[in-house]
Amino acid sequence: MYAYDELDRTLLHERVEEFRDQVKRRLSGELTEDEFKILRLQNGVYLQLHAYMFRVAIPYGTLSTKQLRALAHVARRYDRGYGHFTTRQNIQFNWIKLAELPDALADLAEVGIHAMQTSGNNMRNVTSDQWAGVAPGEVEDPRIWSELLRQHTTLHPEFSFLPRKFKIAITASEHDRAAIKIHDIGLRLHKNADGETGFEVLVGGGLGRTPFIAKTIKPFVHGRDILSYVEAILRVYNQYGRRDNIYKARIKILVHELGIEKFGKEVEEEWQQLRDSALTLDDGAIEEVRSRFSYPAYEKLPHMPDELKQAAHDPLFERWRKNSVFPHKVQGYSIVTLSLKPVGGPPGDATAEQMDVIADLADRYSFGEIRVGHEQNLALPHVAKRDLPALWKALDKAGLATPNVNLVSDIIACPGLDYCSLANARSIPIAQELTRRFANHDTAGLIGRLHINISGCINACGHHHVGHIGILGVEKNGEEFYQITIGGRADEGAALGTLIGPSVPYGEVADVVEDIVEAYLALRYSPDELFIDTVKRLGVEPFKERVYATR
Amino acid sequence: MTSPLEQKKIRITGPSVVTANRTHDGVVIYRTPQHGWSSRLADAAIVRTSDDARALLAEAVADDVGAIGAYIAPVAIKDNGEIAPGNLREHIRSEGLTIELPVPA
Ligand code: HEM
Ligand code: SF4
Repeated sequence: MYAYDELDRTLLHERVEEFRDQVKRRLSGELTEDEFKILRLQNGVYLQLHAYMFRVAIPYGTLSTKQLRALAHVARRYDRGYGHFTTRQNIQFNWIKLAELPDALADLAEVGIHAMQTSGNNMRNVTSDQWAGVAPGEVEDPRIWSELLRQHTTLHPEFSFLPRKFKIAITASEHDRAAIKIHDIGLRLHKNADGETGFEVLVGGGLGRTPFIAKTIKPFVHGRDILSYVEAILRVYNQYGRRDNIYKARIKILVHELGIEKFGKEVEEEWQQLRDSALTLDDGAIEEVRSRFSYPAYEKLPHMPDELKQAAHDPLFERWRKNSVFPHKVQGYSIVTLSLKPVGGPPGDATAEQMDVIADLADRYSFGEIRVGHEQNLALPHVAKRDLPALWKALDKAGLATPNVNLVSDIIACPGLDYCSLANARSIPIAQELTRRFANHDTAGLIGRLHINISGCINACGHHHVGHIGILGVEKNGEEFYQITIGGRADEGAALGTLIGPSVPYGEVADVVEDIVEAYLALRYSPDELFIDTVKRLGVEPFKERVYATR
Repeated sequence: MTSPLEQKKIRITGPSVVTANRTHDGVVIYRTPQHGWSSRLADAAIVRTSDDARALLAEAVADDVGAIGAYIAPVAIKDNGEIAPGNLREHIRSEGLTIELPVPA
């Protein structure tokens, strides 16, 4: 967990009171919507189709039980009893009244949660691996660095009015769970030949209308230099970024237009000016942040406790364990993913009751800590293996043990046309139908890892470009149509999917996905060749043939 | 931001209404013939010419305190005179989500 200091707390309360005043002036007509809009966006408040939407940051995806209960409280008291976890370690509430927002913000500030920089053209929530600090083989807890960057960039005047929004993600593992290659800046923590800790810095990733996979700008930047290096990138972006055209304003366009070499040279020049400045982190500063992350007092526990041996006789438990339980860096412990993708449910939604149950279970079984991942699922990061059977029973009762993590029904989807004012087409009902088609978890298990991502428009909030199967809603003569891509991926081997052919109407999307999956089952080399590898080996043609032969 | 009145030439091709979201809670509202707002599409003022649409929108936009994001939306008038939303987006705004909410109201 991370302990915020008094300064943070004071700042949050001041911000809430400032916003309370702004809301009051808006409601009395003293502020026009034009004047107010930028202020509400700075506090995470959007307008959707039916109501205001309120986006709250969950820095590097770490929540305490107190914080999760506060989110449950906000859902219950100010919203309609649920919240939506997003792909960027945020939670969104869909029905908040403007007049009540300052109270909701104040309640959250009590537990150190805020909505600053969750929208607008500034530095957004610095995200990280949801397994940070517990994943085996990790170089170091990446959240230390997320926090250093968060502190440096929060409310920093130079980064508050960027040409466009700016997103950073950090990983410290071989396997990238933070999707760093589709971020404006991706940071991969690793050690150089001298054993020093630093970052491979990637830049210019992003999806949306013009998708790009990030490119490496510098293979190694020493940890102490990371603030100055990131600042150098931002300065070059601030200077050259296209403020005149919203479609060209993201850094990915600048990197693409200048080329990574030229862009890298500009950054290097800027960095030479900055690198030996006050931005250099001394060991003390790093240590200070490191010391604020506390880790549980793990017990010395057996690798295979009796409770686990016994429970292994229950095939339902075993299915869940094999699917949702992952190795921990400490023997005798596990990381447990909680699927927020029940069959027939909207991906990523959790009710206030579920949040409270999860908080209770985290207190009991995970040292009071919860994680939020970009796949729109949650995780309990420190579960003793002996507690797994009891935890499973409790999760199952609350509808939180769907054994579909990383499977075809573990769908990432944006809110789409049911909520979003920018949408062309619905996302959630498509996801729901797909989870019903693939409701048999044993079959889904045989299909293996397969990520489906759905966005309701080209903004790509559902990361459709990097779904193994990507589904994008478009509009054709007033009807909902969907473009289908295959072969995308968001991890260390990030790639953009390839369109398989003409878009298909709403009613046919699930059939098309079934066709694609059936084609894969027929084509795969062996049961352990993953969908994504079969697509890589064979290209899109055989899938295309299968889908369009009968259409 | 440019006002919706300046954004593009306003041209409607069929019966239309002016809709927005209520400022204090975001609820979907429609401009009424009585120069006010209603949360029911049935109460909406119907315009059939571009000039009328422009005038109704101007009136709506002038109420910056009460409503935000006013715009012209198409509707269909059924044989019995009932007003129906003109497209799926407006259907969802008027009737609510096409999915069940996680917590039933
Ligand atoms: C309904 C409210 C939402 C609105 C109005 C909205 C709006 C947008 C817009 C306009 C962009 C494109 C920005 C650009 O390319 O410059 C964007 C990107 C993005 N949104 Fe949303 N969004 C919403 C909800 C969500 C949700 C629910 C999620 C997560 C599930 C999400 C995740 C993202 C992500 C990850 C991107 C970046 C994609 C990229 O790399 O370009 N957004 N959003
Ligand atoms: S992808 Fe489009 S439809 Fe989906 S949430 Fe983002 S802006 Fe809305």
